[in-house]
Amino acid sequence: MSEPVLRLEGITKRFGTLTANDDVTLELRQGELLALLGENGAGKTTLMNILFGHYTPDAGRVVAFGHELPPGKPRAAIEARIGMVHQHFALAANLTVIENVIAGTERLFSFGLDKSSARAKLKELSARFGLAVDPDARVGDLSVGERQRVEILKSLYRDARILILDEPTAVLTHQEAEKLYATLRGMAEKGLSLIFISHKLHEVLAAADRVVVLRGGKVVAERRAAETSKDELAELMVGRRVARPQRDVQAPGAVLMRATSVDVMSSGTKLLSEVSFEVRAGETLGIIGVSGNGQSALGQLVSGLAKPTEGRLEMLGKEIQAPSPRSFVAAGVGRIPEDRNADGVVGDMLIWENAVLERVRGSEFSAAGFVRRTPSRAFAQTVIERFDVRGGTPDSPIRLLSGGNMQKLILGRNLATSPRILIAAQPTRGLDEGAVAAVHAEILAARRAGTAILLISEDLDEILQLADRVQAIVRGRLSPAIPIGAADPRRLGLMMAGVWDEAA
Amino acid sequence: MRLERRANIPLSLAIAAPIGAVIAALLLAGILIAIAGAPVLEAYQRMLIGAFGSRLSITETLTRTTPLILTGLAAAVAFRARLWNIGAEGQFYVGALAAAALGSEHGLHLPSYALIPALMVAGAVAGAILLLVPLALRLRFGVDEVVTTLLLNFVAVLFVSMMIEGVLKDPLAFGWPQSVPIVGDASLPKLIARSRLHIGLLIAVGLALLIWLIQSRTLFGLESRAAGLNPSAARFAGVSLTGVLVKVACLSGGLAGLAGAIEVMGVKGYVTTDLSPGFGYTGIVVAMLAGLHPLGVVVAALFVATMFVGADGMSRALGVPSFIADVIVSLSLLTMLVGLFLTSYRIRR
Repeated sequence: MSEPVLRLEGITKRFGTLTANDDVTLELRQGELLALLGENGAGKTTLMNILFGHYTPDAGRVVAFGHELPPGKPRAAIEARIGMVHQHFALAANLTVIENVIAGTERLFSFGLDKSSARAKLKELSARFGLAVDPDARVGDLSVGERQRVEILKSLYRDARILILDEPTAVLTHQEAEKLYATLRGMAEKGLSLIFISHKLHEVLAAADRVVVLRGGKVVAERRAAETSKDELAELMVGRRVARPQRDVQAPGAVLMRATSVDVMSSGTKLLSEVSFEVRAGETLGIIGVSGNGQSALGQLVSGLAKPTEGRLEMLGKEIQAPSPRSFVAAGVGRIPEDRNADGVVGDMLIWENAVLERVRGSEFSAAGFVRRTPSRAFAQTVIERFDVRGGTPDSPIRLLSGGNMQKLILGRNLATSPRILIAAQPTRGLDEGAVAAVHAEILAARRAGTAILLISEDLDEILQLADRVQAIVRGRLSPAIPIGAADPRRLGLMMAGVWDEAA
Repeated sequence: MRLERRANIPLSLAIAAPIGAVIAALLLAGILIAIAGAPVLEAYQRMLIGAFGSRLSITETLTRTTPLILTGLAAAVAFRARLWNIGAEGQFYVGALAAAALGSEHGLHLPSYALIPALMVAGAVAGAILLLVPLALRLRFGVDEVVTTLLLNFVAVLFVSMMIEGVLKDPLAFGWPQSVPIVGDASLPKLIARSRLHIGLLIAVGLALLIWLIQSRTLFGLESRAAGLNPSAARFAGVSLTGVLVKVACLSGGLAGLAGAIEVMGVKGYVTTDLSPGFGYTGIVVAMLAGLHPLGVVVAALFVATMFVGADGMSRALGVPSFIADVIVSLSLLTMLVGLFLTSYRIRR
């Protein structure tokens, strides 16, 4: 193996009482694809921010190509030919690809932009690394996968030899992610050195040469990807054995929610088209699909936020005439929104306020227009205890909770009242392995208790583990349901591609 | 060095921010006072004397505080729900006009105990209507209310001007453009005899307490806070955003209109187009200094009134233009915005 191009030595970083990185040492070699694996909060992003000069470490040093980098200077990292692709892209949507790429590199005092030499260089880079993208397309018109390529090209344009990618697949579909890793492999073969941050085990195993596992800010293990397994990595990452809970066989009961040929229109566009499904008591119906195929509209329909423009939606045997979030909650529908930060919680409000917000108009939590604070706090405390929400009391702001604990609170506030129907839209998106297991266990417990569960997910494993029957959502249409016993990844893949006549 | 967002803003900092902002504003204004050729410390001393040095000055300061509490509450209530009501000035004027019109001898003929509340309600309703119009435009057509409420201020003042040059003109005012005066039964009882201080101060402070109670204890408070902080999550939880905004607009516009009505009934007795020295706009500063907290509004209003009344005293004693009060109040808004930024972030090395 060749020389290390980058070395982090004894990096320690504290935030107040929290030690985010504790004496972390790690090496990256030329032409290597290194995965940095760890749960949310393990210190991966902090470490990369130190490397890139966004944070100054309390101890330790960063050495790139034999030279120590001055701490806290992103410019020095760029000059040392290190590039970083953040999870949230830093692109101007109203500019073209080429304008985004050269922004910040052109001379301060010059009239007009010298795009021709930039274009030549960009084309050469695109071709060499297989990052196809039209230089004159407006970034706002590009897909998420294409935007990510632009971000990578931006770093390459600045002659990066070391590339750091923070959770690069978090926003990508399955296919886009696979394509990205193929590209990254190609880049490593052409001599670039790359680090990517991830908490997805299968990606790490499939793509990386070497895996460094971080837990609680420390490096706990280093493995060659070829010599380790999913189980070992999961155990190293979480620090204990985690097994996702399994589903028991049980006979479903009565149909509690049924949609018959439902259309949903919004400002002239048909978001859902002739959607039919039924969910029974004690059964989980899984809706699988590639992101952006109508999942949001479906989630809104079954949460009381969208009205069917055609067709019937029945709940507990009665047709819903005027859906509203309040009437759904009152009827015993528990709702987990797909984006917990945007729709699930009000970050600046307290945990107890968030716990009761959707049912505060009931007599349990309010009287004569006043909020009954004692029972509200008690309810929040019950949810915290029963669903093991860590990191806050009923009186702390909810944004202090981690994603997993926030999700447990959202789940808990719905399940504490034993709903008849549970809508779970992307319930484990962005959660770490431990939190996923906890959320799955609760969903299965609700199923055992006879709740009818509608699970909307983009995660194949999740659907296979939790669902009893599966339907695929493709461009606002639903496939017929198939029992989970007949669903293997290949057949589901075909259904997700819109081929269900053969599959049925 | 870099800035990191604070996870949590401690209460001590939340209180220190406006105090620090005011001190910074006074220091900066001190430079201007020095340039004007006056000794800075003495100038501020004169200012305090001007605001609190005598029975008269104290009552004058408190009289000035009253409308500022109400317009400050109007801004604070609206901003919390992300309704950007910049139109308190106009709402103040239509409230004043409504009270003056109905309180004159051509208006309602009621005994004092019924007339005074009726005129207050009339002022509040007029102010609320003036805010409901831009809100309706926002809800129906997505028109930015910052622009519409701001522009309506000019419309309102010109409307007042038209009325007091026309149908409401006082024939006994030697041609001055002012409205017919309100009847004696419509004027607010004095709080202290032989001063201009009236019971409006108690009403304003009482309303601040009431709004604090509403915001912290009621369903409406909880839901409007949720709607302001995260409209999308509030909608998901079943809060009617339209309903919240309409109620907030009634409250906010009503408070500003009430401020105008009370100023007419408590101090002037009639309407002119210079009834308000910018009470509506200054209310925004008051609300920001108070961190949008209703009880903070009372303190912030007292501070701003102190500056304005005190600056007159300073001006008389030292010849520094009394416009320095405007400068201090404006500076304190800027320093407060900086202070808010600094308290929500922390500096890391």
